[in-house]
Amino acid sequence: MKKVQFKSNYSQYFFLAPQLLILLIFLYWPIIQTFKDAFTMQDAFGFGSQFAGFDNFLFIFSDPSYFTAFKFTIIYSFVITFITGSIGLLLAVQANKVMHGKSAYKTLLIWPYAIAPAVVGVMANYFFSERYGLLHHLFNNLWGFNWYENVFDAYIYVIIAGSWKQISANFIFFLAGLQAIQKTVIEASIIDCKSNIRRFWTITFPLLMPTTFFLIIINITYAFFDTFGIIDTTTIGAPGSETKTLVYKAYIDGFKGLDLGSAGAQSIMMMIIVLVITIFQFRYIEGKIHYN
Amino acid sequence: MTKYISSTINHFILSIGLLIMVVPIWIIFASSTHSSLFINTNGLQFFLGDNFIDNYSRVLFKQSGFFNEITALKMFLNSFVMATGIATLSVITSLMTAYGLVYFKVKYATFIFWLIFITLLVPLELRIMPSYIVMSKLNLVNTFAGLILPISASAIATFFFRQFYKSIPDELLEAAKLDGTNSWSFFIDFLIPLSKTMIAAVFIFMFVFGYNQYLWPLIMTTSEQYWTVVMGLKTMYGSISDRFAFVIMSMIPPVIIIIFLQKLFIQGIFQNK
Repeated sequence: MKKVQFKSNYSQYFFLAPQLLILLIFLYWPIIQTFKDAFTMQDAFGFGSQFAGFDNFLFIFSDPSYFTAFKFTIIYSFVITFITGSIGLLLAVQANKVMHGKSAYKTLLIWPYAIAPAVVGVMANYFFSERYGLLHHLFNNLWGFNWYENVFDAYIYVIIAGSWKQISANFIFFLAGLQAIQKTVIEASIIDCKSNIRRFWTITFPLLMPTTFFLIIINITYAFFDTFGIIDTTTIGAPGSETKTLVYKAYIDGFKGLDLGSAGAQSIMMMIIVLVITIFQFRYIEGKIHYN
Repeated sequence: MTKYISSTINHFILSIGLLIMVVPIWIIFASSTHSSLFINTNGLQFFLGDNFIDNYSRVLFKQSGFFNEITALKMFLNSFVMATGIATLSVITSLMTAYGLVYFKVKYATFIFWLIFITLLVPLELRIMPSYIVMSKLNLVNTFAGLILPISASAIATFFFRQFYKSIPDELLEAAKLDGTNSWSFFIDFLIPLSKTMIAAVFIFMFVFGYNQYLWPLIMTTSEQYWTVVMGLKTMYGSISDRFAFVIMSMIPPVIIIIFLQKLFIQGIFQNK
């Protein structure tokens, strides 16, 4: 905090009040409700509910479809992070090098970033439809593509739909990270090391570590939460429920299945996962990266 | 010579990148200018047709939706109100919170900081059902307030502004105090002008974020009067070329904003680093 501050007994609370009010009413009230739901069992007709202890949690752990969603979410975030990160980095490195047309490339490569995941999903829908779909035809000719029966094909569908727009986000941040590296460092390294590729991996890439790490977290959160709109407009979890993410499954069970207890328990499990990632981010990785 | 070859390789890789990012949208756009009949018999198109004006004006002004109560134009208006509301409110509240936390002695400041921080762990998607119940208890279903308020507190924006205020030298406040500036006019006359770039960046970010909301409007609007563009896409029934045209139109506002304001946006994000 500042050494020099205003002295006042009440005006600080005037500045804090608007956001805190919104948080209390629209965030903390529902969060408390989520915890209440997670520990109560409602009877099938919605007439009454009773305290259920950890029954809802035991139920989701004994439910194989929960583990299917868990497995898919892990695979999905890993693959999306890897694909979008490496393509984004590759393109950013090239765009940083070229002399001509830099800003044209930049503009054309970043604009898919602004498109909503749900819109991307609707678009992907057309490319994978049996009737019009170019990608559907292409893959079908290659190996008999059929996403509503074959799990692997459904994975390909949602991975392509989910990765596309996220390449832009990775590109923007990697390019900004590359441009922040001082010219003198690069010039000095050219004298020491002739090989372009070796120089990239020993000098440039380590200097990009903060950006890389930031993007890993961004990509994981994207795959966890933002892909909701993509799943809901593409496979809806098909073939069975193999392409449901954890968030999508919680929504389906709660909103469509009206099983508030199970949805609450799933939300709390998800909060724990996000909490673990956040702690990992602050404690473990931040300490290992050398800034500057 | 090697320089020439390596720059050719750079351009080649970038062109492949461009193909991946631009061609899908081009195909949808080109297809949206053909009649549905043509698409149904010939599939997706690479080249422009001549139904552009027909298709787009039909989509904009035709009553659509499940009960035929809304036009695409109205959906754009709704999306615009929602996105502007979210962006404005989140900029104002996070500016104020950051100011209160940095420039005043606040009791329980750490507790308040964590209260804001924890919200990062609980995105809307995780509290969707209880949020709906809360909103219906408050009678906010099918209102703009209901669409805007729950998404308008941004912890990230608050931290951005907080970091920025902490980096402003103490001498500024000392000098202002000597001139007899009070806390309100210091905020309005000094800090807000100083944080203009960041305000613009946060506003852009939150506008696109608000415009692109899908799940929340889907749940909060049972009346078609409040449908927004992004949620309306999935539920809109119409011929295939109408849907193509609507997809293309739906991406225009956020894409224009990002393209024209990209410099500002990127500057604002990295000003803090």
